[in-house]
Amino acid sequence: MIEVDKTNFEDEVLKAEGLVVVDFWSPKCEPCKELMPHVAKLAEKYQGKAKFCKLDTAANRRLAISQKVLGLPTIAFYKNGEKVAELTQEVTVEDVEAKLNELV
Amino acid sequence: MSELYDIIIVGGGPAGLAAGIYGSRSRLKTVILQKGSPGGQAATTEELENYPGFPRGTKGPELMKAMADHAISFGTEILNEEVVDLDLDGEIKVVKTRSGKEYQSKIVILAPGASPRTLNIKGEQEFRGKGVSYCATCDADFFEDLDVVVVGNGDAAIEEAIYLTKFAETVTIIVIHDEGILDCNKVSAEKAFANPKIKWVWNSVLEEIQGDGIVERVLIKNIKTGEISELETNGVFFFVGTVPNTEFLKGKVKLDDRGYIITNDKMETSVPGVYAAGDARVKYLRQVITAASDGAIAAFAAEKYLAEEETFKEQVLKAEKPVMVAFWSPQVEESIAAIAKLESIAGKFGESVKLVKVDTYRNQRVASRYGIKEIPSLLLFNRGEAIAKIAGSLNEEMIVPYLNALITTE
Repeated sequence: MIEVDKTNFEDEVLKAEGLVVVDFWSPKCEPCKELMPHVAKLAEKYQGKAKFCKLDTAANRRLAISQKVLGLPTIAFYKNGEKVAELTQEVTVEDVEAKLNELV
Repeated sequence: MSELYDIIIVGGGPAGLAAGIYGSRSRLKTVILQKGSPGGQAATTEELENYPGFPRGTKGPELMKAMADHAISFGTEILNEEVVDLDLDGEIKVVKTRSGKEYQSKIVILAPGASPRTLNIKGEQEFRGKGVSYCATCDADFFEDLDVVVVGNGDAAIEEAIYLTKFAETVTIIVIHDEGILDCNKVSAEKAFANPKIKWVWNSVLEEIQGDGIVERVLIKNIKTGEISELETNGVFFFVGTVPNTEFLKGKVKLDDRGYIITNDKMETSVPGVYAAGDARVKYLRQVITAASDGAIAAFAAEKYLAEEETFKEQVLKAEKPVMVAFWSPQVEESIAAIAKLESIAGKFGESVKLVKVDTYRNQRVASRYGIKEIPSLLLFNRGEAIAKIAGSLNEEMIVPYLNALITTE
């Protein structure tokens, strides 16, 4: 998974072509840390079909809020730079994969 | 089908972890099935000030990690599995998980915990993750220098509101009661009243959450005057109690009308071999310490249950010769005398008859299984079958003919 922050979010996500999945997390969020390894596995499984990024919201608060993310965990799906779907709180990896299959 | 466990624990919060520690330390093969990482609600509670031995500054996630490591160190397995269905009726219990696996055990300890209650206020669902939150540790740092509202006034609400003041510019607590009245403990109330970042709205409830994509303002209703006022805010935190995670247990064990699992003080549910512990149980105080206590009691009771069942099976059900099972109690004088009489009868038959005593004060389960209502009572078993029941006063003339008949037919 590509680590994104305020310096590269625009290039990696907003200007990217195709499907980009962004895992919004923070070091204090236990459910996020539990979900992340499962999302990383999806990243391997869907290699070539979707790009996977992670964003530490504690270090990039303004960026997160600019994406209207104010709660964790949040998994946002971008297509050609547009946010097309979002899963937030009580997210399971099954939900993420189902949404991916819908969008791929 | 998996190998057979002694104990399957459903849920890895403090109740499940304590049960794991006690179970595996008794050398019972113990597994915890837990959706996600262990720790339960306590793992998302930042400040934990009252768990004995862990003074101020103890964090929920750290304490839960220590409990999980403790359980693992005694041999408890912790698996990331969400339980979706159970078959609890037989002697061997079967637990099914979302991943499609099935686990088997002799004992099931239910510790599924509880989840934050939602109020279904207008906008609450829409703005989840957009400023509406039920977890201060997860989301507090979004609100650095911003304004938030807290709904609720119990321990969790006031303590988490104090935690939020480390980040937010202001924390406005909406309280349904008259000015100065809070449901939380006094120490937290005093701390909150002294905190300059906390503002109060009394006699009020949250009416609606509004915004454009993210939370921007809330409508607050004064329940005395009916007046509705608007407050600009960036976040809304709900701490209005919890609901038990027992949907999957409906029809499996007895629940009360709010969905909490009914147990006795040994944590036994309505189903033999099935125990419950923690917040999902009907109880007076729902805290980490009482959850851990429940878990310890459940695992201890389960261990006794297994030992008693095993003993009964070995000594009575698998016995090759006739067995007299005497139900007695140290509190019933007559039953003590009856035991002495039975011992003398058994003595006359020597090796050909066995006497097994069941203390009904300590073990009511076997007695109730065989419908024993009177103490003393005697059950005669032959090759694992109960063939005669003699209740009340036991005399030699009644018993000896039975035994003679059994032995001569051998």
